Amino acid sequence: MKQNLYNYILGIADNSLILGQRLGELTGHGPSLETDIACTNISLDLFGQVRSYFQYAAKIAGDDRTEDDIAMLRKEREYKSVLLVEQPNTNFAYTMARQFLFDVYHLAFLAELQKSTDLTLSAIANKCIKEVSYHERFSSDWIKRLGDGTEESKAKMQEAMDGLWTYTDELFHQTEADKAMVVEGIGVDVTKLKDAYYTRVSAVLEESTLETPESKWFQKGGKEGIHTEHLGYLLAELQYMQRAYPNMEW
Amino acid sequence: MKTTEQNIDEILIPILEKVSDPEIPVLSIMDMGVVRSAVIKNNIVKVEITPTYSGCPAMDVIGDDIKSALKQAGYESKVELILHPAWTTDWITPRGRKALEDYGIAAPLSAEADKDVLLNDKRIVKCTNCGSQNTRLVSQFGSTACKAQFQCDDCQEPFDYFKCLK
Repeated sequence: MKQNLYNYILGIADNSLILGQRLGELTGHGPSLETDIACTNISLDLFGQVRSYFQYAAKIAGDDRTEDDIAMLRKEREYKSVLLVEQPNTNFAYTMARQFLFDVYHLAFLAELQKSTDLTLSAIANKCIKEVSYHERFSSDWIKRLGDGTEESKAKMQEAMDGLWTYTDELFHQTEADKAMVVEGIGVDVTKLKDAYYTRVSAVLEESTLETPESKWFQKGGKEGIHTEHLGYLLAELQYMQRAYPNMEW
Repeated sequence: MKTTEQNIDEILIPILEKVSDPEIPVLSIMDMGVVRSAVIKNNIVKVEITPTYSGCPAMDVIGDDIKSALKQAGYESKVELILHPAWTTDWITPRGRKALEDYGIAAPLSAEADKDVLLNDKRIVKCTNCGSQNTRLVSQFGSTACKAQFQCDDCQEPFDYFKCLK
């Protein structure tokens, strides 16, 4: 099988899977009915996208593994998602800051993936980008509302931005699979997205009367399977049913 | 992309028109524009449908409903999900738009107007209850992935708006 392509697809899909699971935790627990529904809608979009990617990955694998196996039955070190998306829902400011910092990247990434020479990936990107543009609207709106809100909401949003900032640089790291796929015209060169990303993020932060955090040192490792402790707990919940009752279906 | 690019055997149209979106029962899958092709070959119908939103849970049910509707009409069938070209709300037929409105869901505006409504608080979505345009966005996300929540400031009726997807 095409190992690099397989790993590359998982690298994209795992971000959506883990973020989708995080947002799903808010089902019935959102701070208001509308935000609860919005977060779970975004979660649903992300899971839908994940299914398209994993179905394709399963086809490439060419053995009897299914999309569900790929989603549910890997070990922590085999997940290639960035550290940003596994960070917990500490409070609503963290949830929205995490979403915004990922959405800006996600939107730029999909715009490039649409140009992939791999027709399945470009079709998926073309489908997803419409949905993700809604996500980015929603999250950037909340950054502004909380940043330029009350003293308390501003302090909380600033704290969330400062706390999550250290996870942003990893979005632009390349794995071996990334590099191989860029050469073949299939993958997106994420290093080229970095400048526009920070420009866009800073512009929204400025409009939100927030400080753009500064950091010389950034966390990394998720793309190589080295995660923060949060992922283990998340996977325990995500995988519980499949582990306890192998092959169960709804 | 126009709906005319669909490739559907005429004899199958009345059968497929009876299958509806489980979440919006007044809207047939034909009027929604999700059926991209349906062709009979060797007495087996091959149907291609395209998802509205990636995560739309209705798609699995729609696939099953198509199979059982065709089976009742005496056809075996295979249903395949295709992603390209991506579905857009432009593919909803005029009859579908009317069915949505009658059901209490405001039909999608043009992409430009949609942006004005969702981002700039413009009041142009018509209330499905009283027809007033004095309506406001309550939330960009509604009861299903494809809808936003609105409220009319004249008659106070809350209603759904089918978001433009293009």
